[in-house]
Amino acid sequence: MTARTHPFQRKTTVASYREAGVFWALRAFTYIILGFGVIIFSTIIYKGSPAVFGSERIDGTFPFLHNDFLFTKPQTLHVFKYKGEIKQMSAADYYTFVGQSPDASTPPPANPLTASPPSPVLSTTGINSSDITDHETYSYAAGGIWPQIVGTILLVIGSMAIALVLGIFSAIYLSEYSKQGPLISAIRLAIINLAGVPSIVFGLFGVGLFVLAFGWNISLMAGWFTLAFMVLPVIITASEESLRAVPKGFREGSLALGATKWQTVYLNVLPYALPGILTSSVLGIARVAGETAPILFTAAYATSDKLPWDLNISPDRLHSGFLGYLEYPFAWLHDFAFHGVNALPYHIYVVSSKIPQNEYTERVQYGTAFVFLLVVMMIALASVLLRIRLRSRLKW
Amino acid sequence: MVTTKASLMSQTQPTTMMDESIPTTQTTEVVHTPVATPSASDKAARLNAPTIIDINNVDFYYGQSKALHGINFPIKEKLVTAFIGPSGCGKSTLLRCLNRMNDLVDGTRIGAGSIKISGVDIYDPSVDVIELRKRVGMVFQKSNPFPKSIYENIVYGLRLQGINNKGRLDETVERSLRGAALWEEVRDRLHTSALGLSGGQQQRLCIARAIAVEPEIILMDEPCSALDPIATVKVEELIHQLKQDYTIVIVTHNMQQAGRCSDITAFFYMGRLIEIDATEKIFTNPTQKQTEDYISGRFG
Ligand SMILES: Nc1ncnc2c1ncn2[C@@H]1O[C@H](COP(=O)(O)OP(=O)(O)OP(=O)(O)O)[C@@H](O)[C@H]1O
Ligand SMILES: [Mg+2]
Repeated sequence: MTARTHPFQRKTTVASYREAGVFWALRAFTYIILGFGVIIFSTIIYKGSPAVFGSERIDGTFPFLHNDFLFTKPQTLHVFKYKGEIKQMSAADYYTFVGQSPDASTPPPANPLTASPPSPVLSTTGINSSDITDHETYSYAAGGIWPQIVGTILLVIGSMAIALVLGIFSAIYLSEYSKQGPLISAIRLAIINLAGVPSIVFGLFGVGLFVLAFGWNISLMAGWFTLAFMVLPVIITASEESLRAVPKGFREGSLALGATKWQTVYLNVLPYALPGILTSSVLGIARVAGETAPILFTAAYATSDKLPWDLNISPDRLHSGFLGYLEYPFAWLHDFAFHGVNALPYHIYVVSSKIPQNEYTERVQYGTAFVFLLVVMMIALASVLLRIRLRSRLKW
Repeated sequence: MVTTKASLMSQTQPTTMMDESIPTTQTTEVVHTPVATPSASDKAARLNAPTIIDINNVDFYYGQSKALHGINFPIKEKLVTAFIGPSGCGKSTLLRCLNRMNDLVDGTRIGAGSIKISGVDIYDPSVDVIELRKRVGMVFQKSNPFPKSIYENIVYGLRLQGINNKGRLDETVERSLRGAALWEEVRDRLHTSALGLSGGQQQRLCIARAIAVEPEIILMDEPCSALDPIATVKVEELIHQLKQDYTIVIVTHNMQQAGRCSDITAFFYMGRLIEIDATEKIFTNPTQKQTEDYISGRFG
């Protein structure tokens, strides 16, 4: 045994081994999780980014952006051998190639996901259909995902607007107006628990209430309300927290100057709670944008690639003349709210489960996932920037 | 003090009507010096000054627990009344009863008795609490400027009443800030954030904000407890000045402060009023043993 040189001499004991062991175990677990995260994200980025930033961009479009993927509608991908050479073409290109009008003769298989390719006929372009062999088609694998992007954005904006209005109002009631008692505690507990309900349950609730009982069918409207109810618990809880974080002195000071309750809340509490509410809503946005289950039966059609500006209001529905012009915006709004949309998470679900996974479909599968990540990140970034701006103006 | 004696003595009306505007006819100079041993007749004058708040056998409850037991005394007009007593004795509770700030706390109620301001029972259902609070301003222990500009802090009360006339607001800002002895310090930065002010300035801003709505009574709950001695002196000087126009009720833990700036002192213990008298009487020759013990620092 070596002589101690001072009272604080380091000793090697069981305890010190245990300390080191715990440290390394914790560290290892953390890094393993991190590793998985890196693998997932890098796969999506590696495989998905070529679809967006790929070399296949169309000449004359914005540099490095493969605008086709972002800004066109999905198409069926045709893969075939022509004179022994493998060719991949979107449906439109294919029918031009074989000199056939897709509308005139055989329409491209839209929904039957693994339909047999159209029977080859002799074309006007001089392509001999017997030169085309090994013809396969993959739904949605060509073209882009523009309707899905638009659908996601519409769903997020609408449902967040509904959820924020409802959520902030009820949070104000719960934390500023209601007398704290067993009933309010029960309501609060119910709301918190609602946040843990699986999203598929909200989906079913949406089908039962909005789609069937209210007769809204599968529509943007039904999707908005279903998603709004799904994020409401998060928003109410976050709003209540933010309201509580506003110092009591602001309320008392305001009331002592002869303000009414609503004046106090509106002028001297809500403005200071808003940054917090918006920040916490980021979580809600990510959830609204990301959930598939709630929109599965309420808002999304796999085949819906109708954009809001494609809505066709037939003149028969409107009165003729001046009245018709007045009616038009309402008819448009009605159709807009009640048309089904598609959305990125739902598209990911469809293209990864309903069409084969191979080199031809990877582009749309990972590309959609990649774009989806970008969209969510951009929404989050925007909210954070908004918060920083609001926060720097309102500080106490 | 001495200069106000005559006017106080001549007033014999017990109450004034609530909707009377604040009289500003006093021609006397402001006395900044602490209360010096005044004559016996001055004391009597103070105790006989007209009553503005009449607290009548008030019992007050937080839920089941009784915080005030049969409090019964008048608060005199245009004088400074100090509430002293050990922590938890109910000073803030009573103060907050006077502008019904306790309404904000769930489960509170006045069990018995009444509080009358200018003869009106303020807990009567016919009373508009908003109007009451405009007449009875409050300054809190922790200064609570709003995170707005100095200017917007002062005009907050006026904007609530729908007054948005620029000239009127500007005039009020200057008058209130001068009234709170803050004008010279902030006149060049009225539109910067009130949170940039020092603690003492913030508290004086809160006083300015309270007088901007022209109340008759100002309640102050330990207004100097977070301030350094110099800022405290400024607020005390301000209180001296304000009592020309306002009735002031101040809660304090600082005996010297109560001695310096109040005319009448009420001593509370365990939710009961033990003694109320002219300040110098309380501090030099209290009738109750408990008061003496507290003032001499033997408990509390
Ligand atoms: N919101 C409340 N709910 C329940 N009880 C309260 C509440 N506020 C005060 N009390 C109780 O009422 C009694 C009087 O409190 P109060 O705040 O009036 O005392 P105080 O004299 O102002 O004390 P301090 O000098 O420490 O400020 C105390 O026993 C306190 O515990
Ligand atoms: Mg207190």
